[in-house]
Amino acid sequence: MKLLIKSGRVIDPGNNLDEVLDILIEDSRITRLAKGISLAADEIVDARDKIVIPGLVDMHVHLREPGREDKETVASGTNAGLRGGVTTLLAMPNTSPAIDSVENIRLLEGIIRSTARAGVLIAGTITKGRSGKELADLAGFKRAGILAVSDDGSSVDSEELMLEALGQAHKEGLLVICHCEDKTLCLEGVVNLGLTSTRLGLRGISCESEYKRVERDIGLAERSGAALHIAHVSTKESVASIARAKKKGIRVTAETAPHYFSLTEEAVLGYDTNMKMNPPLRGEDDVFAIKEGLREGTIDAIASDHAPHTENEKEIEFARAEFGVIGLQTALSVAITELISKGVLDWQGLVEKMAVNPARILGVKKGRLGVGSDADLVVVSPDKEWQVTKDNLVSISKNSAFLGRRLKGVVEQTIFNGKIAYTTSRD
Amino acid sequence: MVWTRKDLLGLEELSTEELELILATADSFKEVSTREIKKVPALRGKTVVNLFYEPSTRTRVSFEIAAKRLSADVINIATESSSVQKGETLIDTGTNIQALKADIIVVRHNYSGAAAMLARHLNISVVNAGDGWHEHPTQALLDIFTLKEKLGRLAGLKVTIVGDIAHSRVARSNIWGLTKLGARVTVCAPGMLIPVAIEKMGVSVTHDIDEALSDADAVNVLRMQFERDTQGAFPRQLEYFKNFGITQERLSKAKKNIIIMHPGPLNRGIEISSEVADGAHSVILEQVTNGIAVRMAVLFLVSQGHDKQYETTN
Repeated sequence: MKLLIKSGRVIDPGNNLDEVLDILIEDSRITRLAKGISLAADEIVDARDKIVIPGLVDMHVHLREPGREDKETVASGTNAGLRGGVTTLLAMPNTSPAIDSVENIRLLEGIIRSTARAGVLIAGTITKGRSGKELADLAGFKRAGILAVSDDGSSVDSEELMLEALGQAHKEGLLVICHCEDKTLCLEGVVNLGLTSTRLGLRGISCESEYKRVERDIGLAERSGAALHIAHVSTKESVASIARAKKKGIRVTAETAPHYFSLTEEAVLGYDTNMKMNPPLRGEDDVFAIKEGLREGTIDAIASDHAPHTENEKEIEFARAEFGVIGLQTALSVAITELISKGVLDWQGLVEKMAVNPARILGVKKGRLGVGSDADLVVVSPDKEWQVTKDNLVSISKNSAFLGRRLKGVVEQTIFNGKIAYTTSRD
Repeated sequence: MVWTRKDLLGLEELSTEELELILATADSFKEVSTREIKKVPALRGKTVVNLFYEPSTRTRVSFEIAAKRLSADVINIATESSSVQKGETLIDTGTNIQALKADIIVVRHNYSGAAAMLARHLNISVVNAGDGWHEHPTQALLDIFTLKEKLGRLAGLKVTIVGDIAHSRVARSNIWGLTKLGARVTVCAPGMLIPVAIEKMGVSVTHDIDEALSDADAVNVLRMQFERDTQGAFPRQLEYFKNFGITQERLSKAKKNIIIMHPGPLNRGIEISSEVADGAHSVILEQVTNGIAVRMAVLFLVSQGHDKQYETTN
């Protein structure tokens, strides 16, 4: 099987490449990059005036399977990923049952093997049942092929247990991904604490509840020597803490989500529950700091924090509605619209944040377009616009914060494992 | 000025002209309640549903009387007697009421934003009768109406709001309404009961009641809702009365003609002494009377706004 991608502008920061080239794919690998490759391929993709980038690696996704297949499944989530150019994703373990044992890893692996349409990596929990009480079998996880652990959705409150987790993770070579939230500092809050919470008459979530826990976990990472990854950074203080930690040489990396660099707390006025997520949308100065953090490298990655919820769980009173928004299908377009168009990042920078760095942090050989690389890539029309509607979102759940918005950047083809897994021309 | 809104959800989104229109309309309806036959046909053939998810006597009765004086048919739904107990969602309840061909839903709900959510999903009018800590627009409108009636103006008035500002929808609506109409608002409470960034809503903040009273033209005394204190943020009752209670002694140092308002129900001896509540400065019962005229105005105006909406969508 030979697939030829013709005349696209190929962006591959790993090989310092930004050039109009043809790419030849044979089976599941890239075998040639050159100008004017002419041979009898089985399939040819015309990428003229388009940008060709490595398949995106989204390191923060809730697929909801097993347990909440009414919200999303491995099949529907990976399908949404392909539409958004995501070929590899990390599935968070807060499912039902939680992925807190080798047995449950095997269960999810079985589902992935039979239904996944893109690459799915599994994160295990840090503690059994994500209860924050007793460590999961991290050594067993490592032997089962797990790369990262997280109690995402919750923070491990016990400092002692967190230090022990980091120590074991260090020994096993596992990445620890932290959802940084001190619940004692947010008292059932549902929106950012400030003028917005006051205007809306809703309980607020303080910035301290995030950054104090970021500071604690960085301190513990330093003591243990473990690799720590901070999930969904939303505050300027967190960005500053992470920058200081990196300067000191502590092994810390960080991600943010598209909504934290594109929306402020003002979007919540009107009580739209699709603007309710945890951490909450923050102030203008936080959004500015997140963009700066992306620009100068404090924030390594952009991940969607794709969190599907049914309409029944969202179309209710604001304080009762679930936290979270979907993002697999929109993350790239939001990043193009908000970061590339506004000069925060160039294409190389964007590919670093959405493919190269997450692959490096997780330790997978993805995010490259060299000869011999896995043939996961995306063909994008960079200036073409599309409107986000419930109809064109393919996730089972439709809780997008960008419904109704026009976004720049259309994924034309997603090639996964050497095959065209999604194409607009077949729509 | 023509009213075009189908709903009244809060005072934050209203323009000064809209606020003035409501007050002027209320003024013209006030006289109806003094007639021997207290009824006008303005809403004849219309159905108003009072949908109350929180216990309320004063507001519910006031809306019911207002609707009846406009000749509307009124249905009262209270949570304990409804299918809400069976787990029906607010939107489902609302669409059912709409299917019954009601024209206006007056909703009281313990969650902030509930009225806005209902209004988004329905074509019929929604009037917010208090949603969580967010807004209670008709209460603020009747407070403002009473102030204007008593003092002849609103621009330049100094109004102090005392009490649990953090959890008060009455405070928020009053702040929006009064500041838009040119009054200067000071809020006064213990630190824990002042919400963050409230000064950005255009008010002054103080924790000293005597300072707050010193140059005030009017004081709106909020009910201390001790039953809502789930986080231990409230001071003890007697301590509160000592430090923030409105007493004759405190008023003796204030302006001579200071007006004392309270949205009710009163906690005598906690936020206000009986002497003050029943005294010469108190306009508390006039507020209750004015509530009817204000709610008549609101029901009438949203029914007009609704007609327009209906015409344009057909």
